[in-house]
Amino acid sequence: MSAAAPKLELRGLSKRFGELEVLRNLSLEARTGEFVAILGPSGCGKSTAFAILTGGTPASSGEVLLDGAPDGAPAGRFAYMPQADALLPWRRVLDNATLGLEVRGMSRREARERVRPLLGTFGLDGFEGAFPFQLSGGMRQRAALLRTVVQECEVLLLDEPFGALDALTRAEMQGWLESVWARFRWTVVLITHDVREAVYLADRVYVLSPRPGTVVAEIAVPLDRPRSLTDSRLAQLETELLALLLAGSQPTEPR
Amino acid sequence: MRARVLAVLPPLAIVALLFAIWQLYANLSGIGDDVLPPPSRVLSVSWENRGDLWSNTLPTLRATLLGFALSLVVGFVLAVVIDSSKAARRALMPVLVTSQTLPIVAIAPLMILWFGFDLTPKVLLVALVTFFPITIAFAEGFAASDPDAEALLRSMGAGRTRIFRSVRFPTSLPFFFAGLRIAITYAVVAAIFAEYAGASEGLGIYMQNAKNSFRTDLVLAAVLVTTLLTLSLFALTYALERIAIPWYRLSRQGGRER
Repeated sequence: MSAAAPKLELRGLSKRFGELEVLRNLSLEARTGEFVAILGPSGCGKSTAFAILTGGTPASSGEVLLDGAPDGAPAGRFAYMPQADALLPWRRVLDNATLGLEVRGMSRREARERVRPLLGTFGLDGFEGAFPFQLSGGMRQRAALLRTVVQECEVLLLDEPFGALDALTRAEMQGWLESVWARFRWTVVLITHDVREAVYLADRVYVLSPRPGTVVAEIAVPLDRPRSLTDSRLAQLETELLALLLAGSQPTEPR
Repeated sequence: MRARVLAVLPPLAIVALLFAIWQLYANLSGIGDDVLPPPSRVLSVSWENRGDLWSNTLPTLRATLLGFALSLVVGFVLAVVIDSSKAARRALMPVLVTSQTLPIVAIAPLMILWFGFDLTPKVLLVALVTFFPITIAFAEGFAASDPDAEALLRSMGAGRTRIFRSVRFPTSLPFFFAGLRIAITYAVVAAIFAEYAGASEGLGIYMQNAKNSFRTDLVLAAVLVTTLLTLSLFALTYALERIAIPWYRLSRQGGRER
């Protein structure tokens, strides 16, 4: 692996909300162009970790490093895709996709020109003028992801992006995401509680314990891409991770 | 289009039926026109006096629209303040609710006493009667904004103003139009009430003069105009809503699937 500092590093992040300890000494990293998954049970503080990264709430202790330097102004360096797609119902698809660029001060016209060439890749050709309610669940997620990636931030944070989809659409979306990621090689941190999604998409998987969330295992997924959901090695890793997840109720120190 | 025509038919039928009963009663009971003129007479005197009615409708309409404009501004500003903090909400809401308990019957003549016979007291009274639904609609609308969308904008580096402009305000618009429809139905009546208490022109004073000269038919003619005026303004809110938030009607027609 490269000797350079990781693109993103969380070092000993802890977070309490009053009495409630949500994260305990969470450490993980993502290298440039790497797809990292954070796998954990519901309520293990995964989303809180993202809230810390996106400036939604401060960490109680620990630090966030980008390119080895403390991350002073978090907003704008991470492109965040929330669990619910959070598309604005009064904006058409094209203008939902430009939202992040507009917030950053780009004119709507310029932002639209930046987004347009990507519509095809995101399966939204011909739907740029549609309102979100006119889209299928899968298209909504693709529109939300388009809004996320056009910001050209250094790291993409995806918070259970396909959690609300039906199983078939989810499988399709995972396949599609793998193919666009292979093309663009974004640095991605994906939060999920879907074991298969984690092993299918990620280069490395961090397994978190139940609350307070901390890393109990770090597993590399050394499979070639494009991957196949029917690959037996994938199924084997899946079993391994599931066992870790189920045994995770007693957190141990990672590594 | 066809569906819309069909939707109008039942209420029209009910109104026609009530008018027919009224017409029959007025004709057959031998009751005098000065007590209860039949609708046919109300319609014919409305037409004969259309000039007078129109010239008295305009001042009423002016007072209504100016009062309503003031009410929109005040309602919006109050809602923004209420939305800004819990303390502001706790301080303001009881005062606003109390303002709605004031008996208009008593307030209207006092307004005339304080502000004279011209436009000011009418505008103020219309605003007093209509700002509350507007305020509540905006405040509820701001509060209904999607926390995920706000978190998303924050992650993009948006500040409070930007979040308000891009999320909270647009979220409030469907609520606002619901409040607008409630408010607009009070507005004309409030203006007429203010005129009733003292004015040189307008439908309110027209009704009072007609009543004092026992022209019940003319009172009812003015009532008819009032009703048509309110219904027109009510219909106008739908037209405005369609222009302002086209996505809202479409999304509701789009059914429940999402």
